Amino acid sequence: MTGRLIPHAVLVLAILLFALPIWIAVAGSTQDSAVIARGEISLIPRLSGLGVYRDVLLHGSAGAGPVWHALMVSAGMALAIAFGKIALSLPSAYAVTFFRFPFRMTAFWLIFLTLMLPVEVRLIPTFQVMSSLDLINSFTGLTIPLIASATATLLFRQTFLTLPDELVEAARMDGAGPLRFLRDIVIPVSGANIAALFVILFVYGWNQYLWPLLVATDPKYDTVVIGIVKMIGVDTATEWNKVMATAVLALIPPVAVVFLMQHWFVKGLTEGDK
Amino acid sequence: MAGLRLEGLHKSFGAIEILKGVDLALADGEMLVIVGASGCGKSTLLRLVAGLETPTAGRILIDGRDVTGLDPSARDIAMVFQNYALYPHMSVFDNMAYGLKIRGLPRAAIRAKVDEASALLGLEALLERKPRQLSGGQRQRVAMGRAIVRDPKLFLFDEPLSNLDAKLRVQMRGEIRRLQRRLKVTSLYVTHDQVEAMTLGDRLLVMHQGVPVQLATPTEVFEYPADTYVAGFIGSPAMNLLPGVLGRNGTAVTVAGTEIALAPSRFAAPDGHAVILGIRPEHVVLDPSGMSWPVEIVELLGSEMLVHARRGGEASLTIKIVHGPAMSDVIRVSFPSEHVHLFDQATGLRLTPAGSGVPPS
Repeated sequence: MTGRLIPHAVLVLAILLFALPIWIAVAGSTQDSAVIARGEISLIPRLSGLGVYRDVLLHGSAGAGPVWHALMVSAGMALAIAFGKIALSLPSAYAVTFFRFPFRMTAFWLIFLTLMLPVEVRLIPTFQVMSSLDLINSFTGLTIPLIASATATLLFRQTFLTLPDELVEAARMDGAGPLRFLRDIVIPVSGANIAALFVILFVYGWNQYLWPLLVATDPKYDTVVIGIVKMIGVDTATEWNKVMATAVLALIPPVAVVFLMQHWFVKGLTEGDK
Repeated sequence: MAGLRLEGLHKSFGAIEILKGVDLALADGEMLVIVGASGCGKSTLLRLVAGLETPTAGRILIDGRDVTGLDPSARDIAMVFQNYALYPHMSVFDNMAYGLKIRGLPRAAIRAKVDEASALLGLEALLERKPRQLSGGQRQRVAMGRAIVRDPKLFLFDEPLSNLDAKLRVQMRGEIRRLQRRLKVTSLYVTHDQVEAMTLGDRLLVMHQGVPVQLATPTEVFEYPADTYVAGFIGSPAMNLLPGVLGRNGTAVTVAGTEIALAPSRFAAPDGHAVILGIRPEHVVLDPSGMSWPVEIVELLGSEMLVHARRGGEASLTIKIVHGPAMSDVIRVSFPSEHVHLFDQATGLRLTPAGSGVPPS
């Protein structure tokens, strides 16, 4: 019995460690702002305080607009980044893996290099480019710089490399051209990997903070992450219950995506799925 | 008429010459097996015919039409790969139908062709399955079905049986042979397995280091190997090759200090010529008055036994006998003259006014 007791104890401890802050947010969101400010958060949610969710969703709070709008902006941005990255990196990985052309490896290494230069590192130049393209305060400016990245290309390349050469040759004998091969063989075979990547990229896009903060000053483009920060006032009294309610709301979509796609996610990361 | 002609086919990868000139003509409906050790260029030859590689020089003609510069799909060829290369996400039906779909055949015609092929191969019950739900032999059949439905001018087989276990291999070998006979499609079959080569081919092409060494029927290759390479490669256990010197007007060979008499005037070469005497293990006979060989190892194979003997350090001999007497340390054997092959020691080529085992160059 003790052999199983200790692992369970460790697990329970870890779960508490991870779940407690979230629970505090859930419980705190239903309580009175002044009580929270005094540091007296009860761990029992107050059912009568649930109205705060309706409140933040529809009206927001002092510093920020309604949360439903911010959620839409976040969702739009995360989806655009996830789909954009997949749409961009799938063909580029395909080209780098299956075609022989001059400077193929140079192209690959240039793509690889961008891995070491995430947006945070090239913040100023990227901002300058966006500004001269007049893309500040636009959805395009919000998403495009985050779409161009090497992670997805690298992952797809690794997946494609596991496809046996004979599969490519069989398709050639069957008369499948490059685009047909991509559509009929490569994409279906890498389905699990695409799904796994989608999950990662969605969460990545959803959690963006620094770039949206910089490139979109118009409240119209406030993501929910930005919204939370704006709610925390510097000189006004912060409505902590609203902040926590927003945080809980912000948590739901990425969790839902992971939850819905976890089967594919695990499969795509663990199996070669040839 | 769907013949295949290869004219002066060369292939180099960088500075390495893989194929050093291959000329070959296949008659309609013929099954030619290309056999050789790995690295001899046999797979490259097949890939050139398939169009998966481009020849450095030479021409490929199918049915009299020059296809050298054509894309694989335009050559009207079907290929069976070693690891089957089935599309993992498609059902058996879709695997077979894919090539036809691309060619734009109507659905009903595709259905009919796939049904016909699957009936031929006994795959009817498996059409909805995915490749991973099939056994090795079944996958192999699907790969063949994919080739058959296309109704190609030429079948190419690239070591299709090497991923199967021994028992299945024998069974599939028979199936391939029956199918090929029945469909009468000209076929090129590459293997490193000499048993496959002997049993499947109408003719064999033995390749060695990028050069075709012998092109003949399996019987001819076995009975009149063109050189020491073919002699050692075809036949199991391998032919004994003993260095010696020709003497007595070509009627005797001295091997390891002992003179072995040969039937008169079978071998035309000057006395004192350095030769290699070849004799198959099953042709060596026990003879109390014969040459003595110290025994090294005796291997029992059930009904037969292999005796490995060595004399004078370098000359080693393998003898296959049907359950012999109790083995002593030394056996005495003789080499019946009609089973003796002689090869030139310098060139390795067959010496003799032999039968038709003439190399194709």
